[in-house]
Amino acid sequence: MIEILIHGRGGQGSVKASLALASAASKAGKYVQSFPEFGVERRGAPVKAFNRISDEPIVVRSKIYNPDHVVVLDPTLLHAIDITEGLKEGGWIIINTEKSPDSFTEYTKKFKVATVNATRIAVENHLGSKAAPIVNTAILGAIIRVLKVAGKKDLEEGIKEFVPVKAEANIKAAYEAFDQVKFSKEA
Amino acid sequence: MKKVILGDHAVSYGALLSRVQTIAAYPITPQTLIVERLSEMTANGELDAIFTKVESEHSAMASTVGSSAAGARAFTATSAQGLALMHEMLHWAAGARLPIVMANVNRAMAPGWTIWTDQNDSLSARDVGWMQVYCQNNQEVLDSIILGYKVSEQVDLPTMVILDAFVLSHTAEGVDIPDIKKVDEFLPPYKPEIKMDINDPRSFGALTSPDVYMEFRYKMQQAMDKAKKVIVEEGKKFGEMFGREYGLIEEYKTEDADTILIASATVASTARAVIDELREKGEKVGLVRIRVFRPFPTEEIIKVLEGRKKVVVIDRNISFGKTGIFFDEVKGAFYNSKGNKPPMFGYIAGLGGRDVTPKVIREIVEDALNKDKPESEIIWKGVKL
Amino acid sequence: MKHSDKDVKIKGASDMPEMPASLGSMAHNKTASWRNLKPVIDESKCIKCFICWKFCPDAAIDFIDENTSPKINYDYCKGCGICAHECPVKCIDMVEEER
Repeated sequence: MIEILIHGRGGQGSVKASLALASAASKAGKYVQSFPEFGVERRGAPVKAFNRISDEPIVVRSKIYNPDHVVVLDPTLLHAIDITEGLKEGGWIIINTEKSPDSFTEYTKKFKVATVNATRIAVENHLGSKAAPIVNTAILGAIIRVLKVAGKKDLEEGIKEFVPVKAEANIKAAYEAFDQVKFSKEA
Repeated sequence: MKKVILGDHAVSYGALLSRVQTIAAYPITPQTLIVERLSEMTANGELDAIFTKVESEHSAMASTVGSSAAGARAFTATSAQGLALMHEMLHWAAGARLPIVMANVNRAMAPGWTIWTDQNDSLSARDVGWMQVYCQNNQEVLDSIILGYKVSEQVDLPTMVILDAFVLSHTAEGVDIPDIKKVDEFLPPYKPEIKMDINDPRSFGALTSPDVYMEFRYKMQQAMDKAKKVIVEEGKKFGEMFGREYGLIEEYKTEDADTILIASATVASTARAVIDELREKGEKVGLVRIRVFRPFPTEEIIKVLEGRKKVVVIDRNISFGKTGIFFDEVKGAFYNSKGNKPPMFGYIAGLGGRDVTPKVIREIVEDALNKDKPESEIIWKGVKL
Repeated sequence: MKHSDKDVKIKGASDMPEMPASLGSMAHNKTASWRNLKPVIDESKCIKCFICWKFCPDAAIDFIDENTSPKINYDYCKGCGICAHECPVKCIDMVEEER
C-alpha cells in the first residue's frame, strides 16, 4: 500500500485531484481511498488531501501521518509549511514549479524530487485564469508518471468523472505534464 | 459497476437503488452531501421521488412518518443535533411501526461545537425502537440501505444506517453499485397491509389506554426479536445475489483467539490491521465487529466470547455516569451465560473525532494483554490530563 | 474577560474550564485571513447612517461617534460584502485583497 499526501491551498482543487487520482487507480484495478482534511476548509489557506492506493483491500481508516510520497500543488507552500513533515525517507516529492529537481538540494539528500511546471501548462490550456490557474489536473499527469499508480487512459477516465467541465483541456494538460515531468539525478 | 464515491454518496445511491418514493430532509454537516445528491437525482429524473425541503429535522421525520404511513417507501438522513431535534418523531416512526430507513452520519454532540465523529448522537436514540446498523466502509453503507428496507418492511420497524462523519461520509473509495434490476429482484415494491387511504379511512396513533399500550410494546419487542433472524436471512440472500454477505456481528481471526477485541464502525475496520500485526507477533487475538446494535446480538456475543481469556471493548461513545455503551451492553449480555466470565476491559477512545489510529488500537490491546484485570470500569485512552 | 494575541496552549484537562466557554475567545481568531474582497468606505460619500454597522454579521465595523464614519476592523472582517450591499449611498467598495 502506498500513502500519498497532496499539499495545496483551499480552492486550488487538491481534493478533486485526489478524487480523480483515486478513480484512475481504481480503474487500474487498485483498491483506493481518497479523503480531505476532515473539517472546515477556506480559500487560500494550506490544505491537504490524502490517497491510499493498494493491491489489497484497505482496512485502515485513520488519517495519514507518514506518507510515502507528497505532492505540492502550490510552490509558495514550500516556504510556508514543512512539506516533508512525516514523509518517509526515499519518498517522492512532486512539485509544481518551473525549477529543476536538482535545485532542491534541501530535499534531494533524503528524498527523490520530480518537478513539472503545471502552472504554465494550466495557463496554456486556459485552465483557470492567469492569476489563479487551476493546476490540479496537470499535476495528475506527473503523479501517474512518477508513481505508476495508473495508466494514462485510467487517468483520462478519472478526470472525466471528477472534473467534467473542460475535461478535454484538463486531459491535455495532464498528458503534457506526463511528458514534461523532470526527475532528480539521484532517482 | 465499480465507482469511486464518498460515503455520503453511497447512501444516496443506496436510496436510489431502493427506489425510495419520498425524501424529506434538512441539511446538516456532514450529512449534506447525501441529500444534495438525492435532490439532483430527483431533479434530473434518475429517481422518481418527491423531494421535500423542510424547515427542521423534526419536520423531516414528521413528513417521512406521514409519507410512510401513506404507503410510500420513505427516506431521510441526518446527523448529531439534527437527530436530537427529531427525537420525538423517532419514537413516532417506531411506535407507528413504519419501515422508514434513515442514514445518520455519526457526529459528536455539542457543546463544544463539533462536526467530527463519535457515536453519542445515535446511541442517545438507543431506546426508541429503531434498528441500528453501524457500517465500516462505503460498500456496506450502500448495501445496508437496501437491506434496511428489505428487513424493515418485513418486521415493520424503522432502520437507522449509521456511518462515521468524514471517516466515511467524506472519504471516497471503490464501491460496487449493483444493477438496479437486480436490486428490484431483491427488494420488491413496498406494499403495506394497512396504510392511510382516503377510500379506507382509519385513525392512526390514537389514544391507547393502559389496557392495550403494553401489548403494543410487547409486539415491538417481538418484532425486534424477529428482526434478528430476518437480518441474518436477508444478509445471506444478499450475499448469494451480490457476493457480499452481512450479519449481526462479524468475526475476524477469532477461531483460536484467547483475547477478543470488540469494536464497531470504522474503528473495527482499522482494528483488522492491528489484529494482523499482533498475530504476527504471536498474540492470539481476534476481532468481533458489532454491526447491528439494535436488535442487540446477545446470543451471538455469548457464543463467541465463551471460553476466552480476555475481552477488550473500544467505545467511541460514553454514557455519562456509567461506562462506554457497547462495553456495558456486552457485559450485560454475557452475565447470564454459562461458564467462566473472562475479565472485560472497557476503553473510551476517539471522542469528538480524535483519530483512532492503528497505534491507538494496538496500545489498547497491549494494555489489556499486560493486565490481569481492568483497574476501573472505564479506561480512557489518550485523554490529556 | 482576558484577551491576548497569543495562541492558546492547553496541556490537558487540568488547565481547561469545565465547559467549552472561550478557550481564549474568538479574539484570537483573526478571521480577516478568510477575506478575498475587502470593503473600503469612501468617507467623502458616507452619510453616517450606520446601516453598515448595524448589518455587519461579525460586528467587525466599529462605531466611533455620530459625526465620524464607522471604521472597518480589518482584523476580523471576513469580506462578506453585506455592508456594501446595504449601504444606501453605495459608498462602500469591495476591492481585491492584496496578498
